[in-house]
Formats: sequence, structure tokens, C-alpha cells
Amino acid sequence: MEKTKKKKRKTFTRRDFLKGFGGGALSAAVVPQLLAHDIDSLRTKKGNIPLFSKKQISLTVNEKKFSLVVEPAETLLHVLREKLNLTGTKTMCARGECGGCTVLLDGNPVYSCLYLAVRADGKKITTIEGLATKEKLHPVQQAFIEKDGYQCGFCTPGFIISSVALLNKNNNPTLEETKNALSGNLCRCGNYSRIHEAVAAASKNMRRA
Amino acid sequence: MRKKEYFADSEEASLLYREEFRDMKTEEPEVAPSPEKDKFEIIGKSTSRIDGEKIVTGRAPYTHDIKLRGMLYGKILRSPHACAEVISMDISQVQSLPGVKAAIQLKKGRVTYAGEQVAAVAAVDEKTAEQALKLIKVEYKSLPFAVTEEKAMEEGAPQVRKRPNVQKFNEYTRGNIDKGFKEADFVLENTYKTAVEIHHPAETHGSVAKWEGERLTVWDSTQAIFGVRDGLARALKIPASRIKVIKHYMGGGFGSKLGINDYTVAAAMLAKQANKPVKIILSRRENSLCVGNRPSSLQTIKGGVKKDGTLTALYLKNYTSGGIGRGDYCSEPVVDLYKCPNVQVEEHSVFTNTGASRPTRAPGHVQGTFALEGFLEELANKINLDPLELRKKNYSTKNQGDKETPYSSKGLNKCYQLGAEKIGWKRRNKRPGEGNGKVRRGLGVASQIWWGVGRAGTQADVKLHPDGSVEAICGTQDIGCGTRTYMATITAETLGLRPKDVTVKIGNTEYPWCGGSGGSTTTPSVAPAIRDAALKAADYLKKMAAEKLKAKPDEINITKGKFSNKNDPVQSIGYKKLIEELRKERKFRREKVFHGEYVGRPSGFAYNTFGAHFAEVEVDVETGKVKVLKVVGVHEIGRLINKITAESQIIGGITQGVSTALFEERIMDNTTGNVANPNFRDYKIATSLDIPEITPLIVDTVDPRINNLGAKGLGEPPRIPPAGAIANAVYNAIGVHVREIPMTPDKVLQALKRKEVD
Repeated sequence: MEKTKKKKRKTFTRRDFLKGFGGGALSAAVVPQLLAHDIDSLRTKKGNIPLFSKKQISLTVNEKKFSLVVEPAETLLHVLREKLNLTGTKTMCARGECGGCTVLLDGNPVYSCLYLAVRADGKKITTIEGLATKEKLHPVQQAFIEKDGYQCGFCTPGFIISSVALLNKNNNPTLEETKNALSGNLCRCGNYSRIHEAVAAASKNMRRA
Repeated sequence: MRKKEYFADSEEASLLYREEFRDMKTEEPEVAPSPEKDKFEIIGKSTSRIDGEKIVTGRAPYTHDIKLRGMLYGKILRSPHACAEVISMDISQVQSLPGVKAAIQLKKGRVTYAGEQVAAVAAVDEKTAEQALKLIKVEYKSLPFAVTEEKAMEEGAPQVRKRPNVQKFNEYTRGNIDKGFKEADFVLENTYKTAVEIHHPAETHGSVAKWEGERLTVWDSTQAIFGVRDGLARALKIPASRIKVIKHYMGGGFGSKLGINDYTVAAAMLAKQANKPVKIILSRRENSLCVGNRPSSLQTIKGGVKKDGTLTALYLKNYTSGGIGRGDYCSEPVVDLYKCPNVQVEEHSVFTNTGASRPTRAPGHVQGTFALEGFLEELANKINLDPLELRKKNYSTKNQGDKETPYSSKGLNKCYQLGAEKIGWKRRNKRPGEGNGKVRRGLGVASQIWWGVGRAGTQADVKLHPDGSVEAICGTQDIGCGTRTYMATITAETLGLRPKDVTVKIGNTEYPWCGGSGGSTTTPSVAPAIRDAALKAADYLKKMAAEKLKAKPDEINITKGKFSNKNDPVQSIGYKKLIEELRKERKFRREKVFHGEYVGRPSGFAYNTFGAHFAEVEVDVETGKVKVLKVVGVHEIGRLINKITAESQIIGGITQGVSTALFEERIMDNTTGNVANPNFRDYKIATSLDIPEITPLIVDTVDPRINNLGAKGLGEPPRIPPAGAIANAVYNAIGVHVREIPMTPDKVLQALKRKEVD
């Protein structure tokens, strides 16, 4: 036990650090060690000290593999929008309160604005751009069009992703289940009831197919 | 640099809103429109949005998504003080940070609210720009401030502007109010309070500015591309002809994006300095501070009624606070909604050191209707009359505030009838609060009046191409209401095509002029203009078809892609075939543009929209929690253009209304002078879990003369009555009126306590 602990400390990566940080499981002893790590070499001319250096990650987005260098504090949302040009995922609040940036990560809906890019290393991500095939829209997308499940359309990608995540787990949700599953997404135009209708219609079509 | 009059949040702009977006007068049209005879196949039915696929696949480009080669990111430094003197500012340090390309000082002298812009920078990425802001050194001398209405109204309160904090801006009188009170059998007086709301569109405000020599192109998240263009021209002192403003898609505005913004001007200035495009996107926090809000109101209504329900007098005194802005006219429902011979109104601004208000979907009417409708509810109870009967009893067929002009059309009675049936009005408690138990139910009603007329001078083109394709073009903007789609349906209907056969082009100031999308003016402006253009195109095609079919042009019918002879329907030619033949005969070799315009409506009539909402609620008298179970929203909007998108408008208005009634309130911190809830965690808006079962209903009538389609607007109307209807349903459930919104549990419990005391 003692041995593995030691070993772990030696090979401690920044990703582990951030992972630990996210889980709140960080051991107090690690921090000074990390901070002490050759801090002068990181100091830039202007006295700006980045705490950790950049990291290479690879991730699969909409079934395409990407390998890229990210900043430690960079969010998955930033990578998607600014580096991969996938602007379908929207920034609405940038602090995990509205669901506008929801993407599927290994099948689960996550707020990409709160998800650090380094944590997404090795993960499979689906954004709004990855739902339709060349020939066909996803049934949820089709249902949003038919039921007018949008107005300005800005929150729509987040809603569609959350709806897909729901239907992948529960192909016949009740209205209450749909409301709960979508309660982390805000629609300022106030089109929720149309969105719920769209989910019901998509659910019906997906079960039929 | 800042000249107030053309900024979206200036006092002058809010006055302009009244003229530009509401009771607009027009010239007399040469030929009065007569839309009633027209029968349509596509118009009035449901057409799915033609841009739906773009939206659901994430391909619809919003201003947030604009990315240009070499583009820089701008950030704005804002005052942390609610009131302070800028003593000095040093922006020279920012240039030392690698990646910073431009910096400008935007403020000298006094800042009057926390969040006012003082400087701006542009850098290669957002992070660098944020770091650069920290290198700007501003020395402030902080001054006493008043950020709440209570504080601002105190004697000796810090003066917010160069005039008293409380100032009258509106008064109105008709009849004799004292005589009215004398004639009444009952007189009642109550005070109502509404909170400041923030628009919080899904897409935060933002602009991208790019110079090419002397020419400026701006992509803006705006409701008014021409307004932005003209505002930029004045702010930058360059001709409007050198500016192009583009808005493809926009993530909501609700009135907060109706004019030129200071950050747009800043983006253009930074872009000029850096000689590179600059993008400035505001944060959610900035959206809470400096891009508008719905003013609060403190309204006292005193009214008199006869035993039979006849209103004899209505008096309103309103204190409204729009921060450093003027506040809202909340008196219009009192003046116009019900028949009453003696009306007196006075409205006062209360200036506070907070961001200026802007029009917020149905400005003044949301607050005014909540107060008036709540008042009527209690008045009805006083005389033991069904509140719906009281409203019908005082039904007005003339616009009393506008010299007793008769309404061109008014379907409010029909709205009452349909709504009452749908909600089951008979189920209401005959005596408010007569139920018992922990959870009590109640029903309530509220009505609405708004304008919803078109803006004369709105232009649109229909372009026919020799290859058979068709374009519908207008410099309007689709802010989520389905403008693109109805432009396609109207063009298609008129030319006998399908909506998908029409390519719609909007959102660019190089297209024919159209005003801002606000005040429920878009449909009654754009729809008649595009119809006019399409009718001219149809006339041309009929003439050509008539030659082919050896008939007269007025004998030609256009339906389903075919031109046929009315007298002999077998004689026909398809749209494609006709165009092809004309092309071959060299009669139609170049594109043909047909220009349409909305010119105006006959005078002598008042043009308004009407509606009534019915709500059912459940109130937990132990916790004070209100749950809205059902809302039926019925509206009379003249001719219905697209059923599905119109219903969505009503659904959205009701959802936002529920949010207003129960949750929304900007809270100011008296100690720091800042907004205490500048995010979605602390500023609550309705979610999926909070919404009732919503039934949108439309009374499909045709206004006989407003325009060539007989269509009015629907943007604001459904936003107006929900809060009033919900408050009245709460009253019906618990027997005491909660005269303050949002009706959070504490306020409901307080009201219940008041009932015990009474």
C-alpha cells in the first residue's frame, strides 16, 4: 500500500490532479509539491505564472478522432467551439446553470462549460452536429421541427442532446420523466411544452422504428 | 463619444419606442385594403419552419458563432461602483501584455451605475483580453448612491441624475374623477408592486466588427439591423451607406436588442485601432447589469363601481423605476382596456443607480395589467359579481384614450367565451377562498390590449429567376417568431407554389428597408409588404399565362403550381413550364424584381390586439407555494398567418408570464451597489418543471382594413395577461390578493396573514 502510494506520487500527472480536484479527493500533501515544481521556469517575462503547462489529449468527437493540445483550465466547450469549430454547442451562461452547452460524453449528458478538456481525454463525445447522418435527421431533431420545439433556436442544441440522452435510457418516458430530464436546460423563449411534445413524438417514432 | 439619444437604453430611445413600435400613425393609403374576401390554402394553416433543419443540426449561424480570419476578442472594463467619479485612467500598461492589440478609454467623468463601461481592450484570445483588463488602472472617487427605489425616494437621498430622483413623466385625464367617485356605490383603493426583471435572452448580447478600408461590416445579435446601422453611423460619424449590418440568427432579445449598443461601437473602434476584426460577446453577468431590464412599478389604483358593475372612475398613481432610465408607461391598460368615463393617471420615474431599462416584451402592460386586473378582481368581489361579468359589463368598442375612435376589429368577447369554456370557468370558487384544506385551488382571468400594427414604409422584394426559382427578400430579422417561414408561405400562397420553393433572404441592411422587430410590429409590417410584392409578381405571371391560354389576365387562377383559366379549368399551364417557355421565347431572360411596400391603413379607426387568459392554480397555504396548473390563452390577432408558430408565441408568452408571476426579480445589494443575482442560479426563471398545461387558442378573424392580409401582431399580447390571471386565481383559491409579483412563498404567507388580520 505504502509502495503504490509512493509510486503514484512520482508519476502524478496533472490530469490526475485535476481529476482528484474535481472529486474532492485531493490529498493535502500533493499541493505544495506540485506548486514547488520548478516554478521559475514557468514564469514568463511579464511575471505571469501559469500553474500548469499545456497537455496533449485525444478525443473522439462525432466519431472523428482528434488529438490536440489544451490548456489546463480549458473547458470542453471551448475546445469544441473554438478549436474544432463545432459552434452548434452554445455558450449561454458558462457556469453550469442553463444546459445550453450540453453534449453527450460516453453517452451521458454533461455541461461542457464545466467539463475540463483534460478530463475528456480518451472520451467519446457527441455534439448536435453528430446526431444526423447525411441522409437522415435523428428522430429527435425531426420531432423538434414537426412540433415547433424551438423559437429563437439558441437553446435547442442543448435540449436536443438532453432529449436524446433521455430517450437512449428510457424509450417511453412519461411527461414527468421528460420534464425532470430536461429540467437542467433553460429555454428563455418559454417553449418548454412544445419541447415536451417533441420528445413524446420522437419517443413514439423511435419505438416504432 | 457617447451621445445619448441613439443608444438603446437612453430615455430618448424609450420615448422613441412609443412612437416607433406602438401607436404608430401612418399616411392614408390611396386604396384601402380589403383582405376579407381572400381565401387561402397555406396561410392560416401550420407550416413547419423552413429553417428548422438548420436549427436542429446546429448549423444556424448566430453572432456568437461568427469567426473571421485574424479576429480579435474584445472585453469591456466596467465600473464596480454604483456611483463614482473617474479621477484618472491609465490604459498604457495593457500593451505590454503579449497578444493585446487595442485598448480604448470609454469613460470620463461620472459613472452612474455598477456595470457602466469605462474601457475596452481587444486581444488574440478571450483569456488574454481578460488579463489585459486587469492591467487598466482606474482611480475612482466613489460617491453615495441609491440602488433601490425605497432609498432613492427618501428625503436627502443621493441624487442619481442632474434632476430630482422622483419626476413626473406622464399624466392623463378624461371626465371628472371626483364626479366618478361620487357616482360609485363602492370605492376601493389598493397598491400593487412589480419587480425589476432582466431580459436574459439565451444568446447574450454581442457584435463582431470588421473594417475594409472605409467600409464597416457588423454582425450583431440584434432585433433591429437598420437601427444598429444608423446608430453606428451617428456614433462613428460616417455615412450609413458605408455600413452593413448582418444578423443571420439571433438567440432572443425580448426588447433588449432594439437599438445600437455601446459595446458595438466599442467593437468598431477597437477594430479600427487594431486593423483587425473584433468580436465582443457579453457575459451572462454583464447581461444582468447593462443591457436593459423591465422597470419596477408601485401602482396605487383607486376605482369606483356601481352595484350593477358599471365602472364610474379609475385613478392610477404609478412610481416606476428603470434605473437611470425613465421607467415604463404602466397606465395604458387603465386608460384603454375597459369602458370608464372618468379616468385620471399620473406616472413618476424613480431614478436609481442601476442600469437603464429597455423595452421588455410588452413594456408597461405587464405591470399595468397585473395591477388593473387584480384591482378588478377585488372590485368584483365587493359587489358580488362574477369577475368575468364585470369585464364584459365594461366592454369598450372604442379606444377611449384615442378620442373615442372605434376599433377596426375587436374579438375580446369571443376570447372570453372560448377561454371560459375551455378552462371550465364554472368550476371557480363562487366566493374567493371558500375551499379548505392545505392545498387550495382557484381560477382567475385577465384581459389584454396592445397595438400590433405595421410600420409604413416597410419594403420587400419578390424576385423571379428565369430558371423558375423564387426569392423573397426583406431587411427584417427573424427573432424566433418564424418570420422567414411566413415570408415563404405568403409568397408561395400568392404564386401558387410550396413554401419550400421560395428562398428567403433577411437579416442584411443591403436588403429592402424594414424596421426593428419589436412591439408586435414585424408581421403586420413584413407580411403585407411581401404580399404586395408577390401580388405584383403574380400579376406579371398571370399576364404571361393569359397570353398562352388565350384568356384575360383576370381570368387566370393560380393554384398548386398551375395557372388555369377560371372559365375553363382544363386550359392550364404549370409554373415551371410557363417560365421555361417564356425563357425560350426570350421574353424572360433576366431576373425580375417586384417591389412591395406596406403603405399604411385608413385613419378613423383604432388598431389594437386583444386577448384573455384563464389560469388555474393550486396554493399550499402552509408553505405559501403556488403551482400553476393550467393556463388557457386566447387571442384575437386579425388573420392568422401560421398556426403552429403563432401558438408557440402564445405558449412562450404564458411561460414567461408564469416566470414573472412566481420567480423573476433582480435584487440590488444596498451595500455594494451591485446586482446581487447576476446569474441563472440566483435569478430564477421558469423551467420545464414549473410550467402549467398550456392551451393556446386563436380567434381567427380578419381585420377588414389594417393591411392587405388583415393581420395584426402577436409578439407582446400573450406576455401581458398571465401574471394577472395567475394572481387572480391565487385570490380565488385563498381569498386574499397577493398584490406583489413575483408571488414567492413569503409574499403569499404575508398575504394570508393580512387575511387573518382583516
